[in-house]
Amino acid sequence: MPAMLRTLAQKLGMLAHGFQGGVHPQDNKLTATMPIEECPLAPLYILPLKQHIGEACIPLVEVGDKVLRGQKIAKAEGYVSVPLHAPTSGTVVKIEEHPVVHPSGMSRPCIFIEADGLDEEDKPLEPLTNWRELEPAILRERVRVCGIAGLGGAVFPTFIKLVHDKNYPIQTLILNGIECEPYLTNDHQMMLEEAEEILQGMAIIMHMVGACSGIIAIEDNKRDAAEAMQQALAENSELAAVRIAVLPTRYPQGSEKQLIYSLTGKEVPAGKLPMHAGVLCQNVGTTRAIRDAVLFGKPLTERLVTVSGDALPRPANMRVRLGVPLRYVFAHCGLEDYDGIEILLGGPMMGERLRHPDVPVIKSSIGLLAMRQETIMQAHAVEEPCIRCGHCGQACPAGLVPNLLADQCRSDQFEKAEAYALFDCIECGACSYVCPANIPLVQYFRYGKGQIAQLRRAQAFAESSRQRSEARDARMAREQEAKAARRSRVREEMAPAPAAENAGAGSGASKKTEES
Amino acid sequence: MALVISSPHAHGGDSIRMTMLTVIIALFPAAMVSVYLFGWLAVFLISGCMLTCLLTEAVCLMLMRRSLKALLDNSAALTGLFLALTLPAGIPWWMAVLGSVFAIVLGKQVYGGLGYNLFNPALSARVILLISFPLAMTSWLIPMHVGPSALNMYDFSAALNFFLYGPDALKVGLDAITMASPLGHVKTEWTQGIGVAQALEAYHYSYLDAFLGREAGSIGETSALALLIGGIYLLARHTITWHIPFAYIGTMLLLAAIFSTVSPEHFAPPMFHLFAGGLILCAFFMATDPVSSPVTPTGQIVFGVGCGVLTWAIRTFGGYPEGAMFAVVLMNCTVPLIDHYCRPRVYGHGGGRP
Repeated sequence: MPAMLRTLAQKLGMLAHGFQGGVHPQDNKLTATMPIEECPLAPLYILPLKQHIGEACIPLVEVGDKVLRGQKIAKAEGYVSVPLHAPTSGTVVKIEEHPVVHPSGMSRPCIFIEADGLDEEDKPLEPLTNWRELEPAILRERVRVCGIAGLGGAVFPTFIKLVHDKNYPIQTLILNGIECEPYLTNDHQMMLEEAEEILQGMAIIMHMVGACSGIIAIEDNKRDAAEAMQQALAENSELAAVRIAVLPTRYPQGSEKQLIYSLTGKEVPAGKLPMHAGVLCQNVGTTRAIRDAVLFGKPLTERLVTVSGDALPRPANMRVRLGVPLRYVFAHCGLEDYDGIEILLGGPMMGERLRHPDVPVIKSSIGLLAMRQETIMQAHAVEEPCIRCGHCGQACPAGLVPNLLADQCRSDQFEKAEAYALFDCIECGACSYVCPANIPLVQYFRYGKGQIAQLRRAQAFAESSRQRSEARDARMAREQEAKAARRSRVREEMAPAPAAENAGAGSGASKKTEES
Repeated sequence: MALVISSPHAHGGDSIRMTMLTVIIALFPAAMVSVYLFGWLAVFLISGCMLTCLLTEAVCLMLMRRSLKALLDNSAALTGLFLALTLPAGIPWWMAVLGSVFAIVLGKQVYGGLGYNLFNPALSARVILLISFPLAMTSWLIPMHVGPSALNMYDFSAALNFFLYGPDALKVGLDAITMASPLGHVKTEWTQGIGVAQALEAYHYSYLDAFLGREAGSIGETSALALLIGGIYLLARHTITWHIPFAYIGTMLLLAAIFSTVSPEHFAPPMFHLFAGGLILCAFFMATDPVSSPVTPTGQIVFGVGCGVLTWAIRTFGGYPEGAMFAVVLMNCTVPLIDHYCRPRVYGHGGGRP
């Protein structure tokens, strides 16, 4: 009923669209409006072969090879994959397993490059300055070979999203400059300093997907960024159909689905893509990377990160090369001693806690936070019983009832949890954030999703085993039958042999049986 | 630190302890009014119930070998306060103690403790008391400042004497210190064939007195004003949402308005229902008890409407003059079902929007 009233009010134009739920975490944007710094060259770069969602890359270099900055060092494998490029010039020293960004501290194959300090660049690809006349497919291929994946944290290979599907034409391009996570400011700063470059990228993307309008979405705690973008937009005659939308600051405003609803009032159908609602969302950083790839032929070898946290002596917005170990970046920001410090990759709401600082920066690293252990442990207090206050449901932007879902996941009632739309959870953490009983709801949902996925795999495996075994049984039966048939034929051939000698022909036997 | 902790790594700072404390603070005005009306008797009842609840909780926790830290979550203290506020001032001390033990043991701990109880602990204890001791639970002392009473409840020793030994200690008849509650009066008169309006006139019923609380009743239920202040505080602190109280009271008012318009002789007017008995206490504090009410907004509205219909029906047609606590306890049973059927629409699942 309240939802109905809200919808009615929105239709009448009395109320702006706003996704339901959400929370207001303390934003702690320590690095707001700090100018972008260049991170100096590190002695060693570690490049995991899998930095995006999809298949891992296959290395193209061998130990001892000299590489140049921007040189392709690993090729894409399969469709959902993008190649990998050397972040600086140097020598490949080893290709072996190294801990990567993963909650369990898992190791994965990585290419190690020892920098030679010269930072020589490989010959860039041919700049496509005439992109307005080019086929979208050519630009799309350029985005793919430059290794661009969503830099907002999801790292989905970008070229896949830049399609031109007749059935689902993309009308609106949404530039996501929301950055609703606490501490993070890199998108904010990029909009302040590089508004023009971002708009160029936007024009290229709009050309590629045939979008006729564009919206630049910015939260109202970054009005200066909105002004900077507005100014750049006023100077840009090409993007007349692009407007700036300043949205109320509310977490998770920057989540793709919620943002689309806030801006257009449309919902992305469950299990579908934004394309099916006629929109495309691109992160600010990704848009800029696309511009560099198209206009300058530069592959993705660096990204902007927010280096921050309440335990970091000198927070900064920094442009870092992919593959630089966190320890090096933190050291540059004045942090050497990791005693009593927790490292988060990403923001505090959705980021991952890392076990040690030797993992490298990858394409998905939006923020590197060094937090005091007490701060983190305060957020993970001892779980108490649920008092069913319903605050989690009020905070849920997806319209779930988290406390019931958590009960189901905890007691392994997975079918019920699925019926209660477990897989529509976006894991934003708003429910855990407001829970007075400190229940780690998101952790239960991850457990539930993981168990269901495992169950499905097991079921699929059992099903294929069953089919295999049935096929084997059928084959055995067939062979048995054939053998039996052959045997009886042979026997018949052998048995009536004396008779056949009399009759003079084997065929006589069959005639004989026919007669009898 | 070997444990795997997953995001979010930030927390809003809400706690069960603070939530319960907020409700206790919200009940403060009503408790103050009860002390104003019933003097030391209210003080004895409130402190007695709260202490007994805390003690019982401690014993239960020890028996179940759980940490006594759970005492600090304020939930047992709140249950005691709730129960005390729904009791008549004149009940014997042991009845209040028994009720408190019931509330904690049968209302809460047998289900597994905080968060697992099906019924509101305080209300279920009150229902048990009402059914077990109907006379004591419906004898209403004449409050101070309302009428002449043989008992001065502001006098500590007199009040203590009365609390411990009952009306016998006073050597006066029960009639000299008790009066009928408005709801009780209307019900009794109605069973004798006297119409509602006439009954109210004979009672010298005043809406203003009922609103301010100058009437007979359970110690915390009389003042609509004090309870509304607390209710608004809870709404402002986002401890409760508007759904249950508004649906509950709205349904009551609507039903009473329709029926009293059709037949004013047989059915009491809406404002009478609003200020009478425990409606406001139940609507803002008891029905909104998070543990025993639905979690979804739509579910809460269904729950509130159900409470309203039942309360009105019991008051009008039932054997008891007051039906609010029965209504809430009955609706408590339906909560799992309501929660299952009244889930919100999930993002991206139908609903007419593309």
